[in-house]
Amino acid sequence: MPDTPDAIRTAALRKVYPAPGARRGAERRPDIVALVGLDLTVADGEFFGLLGPNGAGKTTTIGILTTRVKPTSGTASVAGADVVTNEVAVRQRIGVVPQRPNPDRSLNVRENLVFHAAYFGVARAVAARRAAALLDQLGIGDRGDAKVDQLSGGQQQRLMIARALIHEPRVIFLDEPTVGLDPQARHDLWDILRALHAQGRTIIMTTHYMEEADRLCERIAIMDHGRLLALDTPQQLKTRAPGGTLVELVLDGDATAAAARARELPGVSSAESLGLVLRVYAERGGELIPALIRTAGLEGRDVRDIHLSPPSLETLFISLTGRTLD
Amino acid sequence: MPSTSFTPPSTLRVFGALLRRDLHVTRRELPYFLVRTTLQPLLFIVVFGYLLPRMGFVGHGYGAALLPGVIAVSLTLSSVQSVALPMVQDFGFTREIEDRLLAPAPTRLIAFEKIFMGVLQGLIAAAVVLPMARLIMGPIDALTGAHAVPVLLVTILGAAAFSNLGLLMGTAINPQQIGLMFSVVVAPMIFFGCAYYPWQGLQAVPAMKYAVLVNPLVYVAEGMRGALTPALPHMSLPAVVGALVILTALFWTLGIRSFERRALS
Repeated sequence: MPDTPDAIRTAALRKVYPAPGARRGAERRPDIVALVGLDLTVADGEFFGLLGPNGAGKTTTIGILTTRVKPTSGTASVAGADVVTNEVAVRQRIGVVPQRPNPDRSLNVRENLVFHAAYFGVARAVAARRAAALLDQLGIGDRGDAKVDQLSGGQQQRLMIARALIHEPRVIFLDEPTVGLDPQARHDLWDILRALHAQGRTIIMTTHYMEEADRLCERIAIMDHGRLLALDTPQQLKTRAPGGTLVELVLDGDATAAAARARELPGVSSAESLGLVLRVYAERGGELIPALIRTAGLEGRDVRDIHLSPPSLETLFISLTGRTLD
Repeated sequence: MPSTSFTPPSTLRVFGALLRRDLHVTRRELPYFLVRTTLQPLLFIVVFGYLLPRMGFVGHGYGAALLPGVIAVSLTLSSVQSVALPMVQDFGFTREIEDRLLAPAPTRLIAFEKIFMGVLQGLIAAAVVLPMARLIMGPIDALTGAHAVPVLLVTILGAAAFSNLGLLMGTAINPQQIGLMFSVVVAPMIFFGCAYYPWQGLQAVPAMKYAVLVNPLVYVAEGMRGALTPALPHMSLPAVVGALVILTALFWTLGIRSFERRALS
């Protein structure tokens, strides 16, 4: 096989949106820096996740890579084609599943696929055959003649996936594809994405669900405030979570004194109090529980509840950004 | 393994695909399209071209002044609406246009294709209203079919100017205000567009005669008069053609800038 270019390559990618209302000149609010300077490489055939809370810069990144957002500075290419100077070639190589389904409401389900394929130069007979196969594969084979408004949210999402695949792109972008889906539909979508990846396609997915990124992605970039905070495999990222397991004990009174005592215990990397909650990071969380209960008892507190979180992307994220994802 | 078709289709081929999509949708909605664009002009013709002359309120010669103007109103309204309304919808809450913005072609091709459809719909409106108007109004002495080329030229240029105006309106105006736009801009444009009276007649109110020259409809209506009823007073055809070419270029420049601002961020 000839040398395949990287699916994604960005260098010092920066995006600044002018402040809303700035043109009116009435009140000068600061411009919004959505991307600070992103350097990212995704190999051909990789399943790649962009993880971060709302406003992290994920959607802006996807927007630039799909030629819908113009970068302020820096460069980006998709499958070897520059997103600014060669946007037509980029569009030929990508399929996009948007955050919110945006089917062509003047067309029925099958027409949505066949006409979209025609924009990419796919012959009508080929497109019709592919459309039927994709709809079957996605479990909506019986809805081909339905109007898109008659589809459920999950079915519309599947239609968007079929549309993104109809011209057989190399790189597929999915922007928060499982938001608003019920748990069953979400698991079905995961199966579909795994199957696509197994066919050798590159998948770039944004999500703010830790579990989703953990289960699906080969590599994950954690972003916040337009910056890349960490980039590695889920397993490697998890080992970077600080101090191992998070143990939280809910006491029957203020936890300040107990936290001070807990810090002295061997194996505890940090301990803090949040009202009634004693929050402890420890190398081996489970073994420490009896000692922590005794420590609380020495301060005259009873333990009402215990919560144990093993090292996870969640604990890493909290340590990187100081906040939770949602 | 996914196919590695890295070569995008030609721009012409993408244009053809976009056009087929619009023709498919337009054909299905043709009855609504015809009602929307021809009902108002036809009602106007029934009242002013048929009833009033028979009541003796207006002279029989009025029909000759009215007919080209009504054609102008039909074709310009249908052009402006056929671009502005889909733009408002496509860029609105549903963002349906994303589907086409992903097509492997320059972004402005999508706008250009909509303009092309707008011109086509203007042509259809003119082709439907002209014979129906003639049928309702009866014979008109000054009317001649001898100048088919000027008629076609004015129709295409008028439809192009108003399709581009539709692109500007549909992309620059807040969707909530599109109804207001039609009442505040389009309605005065029709009434002060020399559609229902010849421009020469405005000599009675000279200030008005020059003020209406900012109105693009004036050139379409006067061009139609020059092409359909050349024996009656009308603006010179070269002036009409020049004005419509300039207006088309102006509205395209402003419209495409507005379109690209909506399509790309």
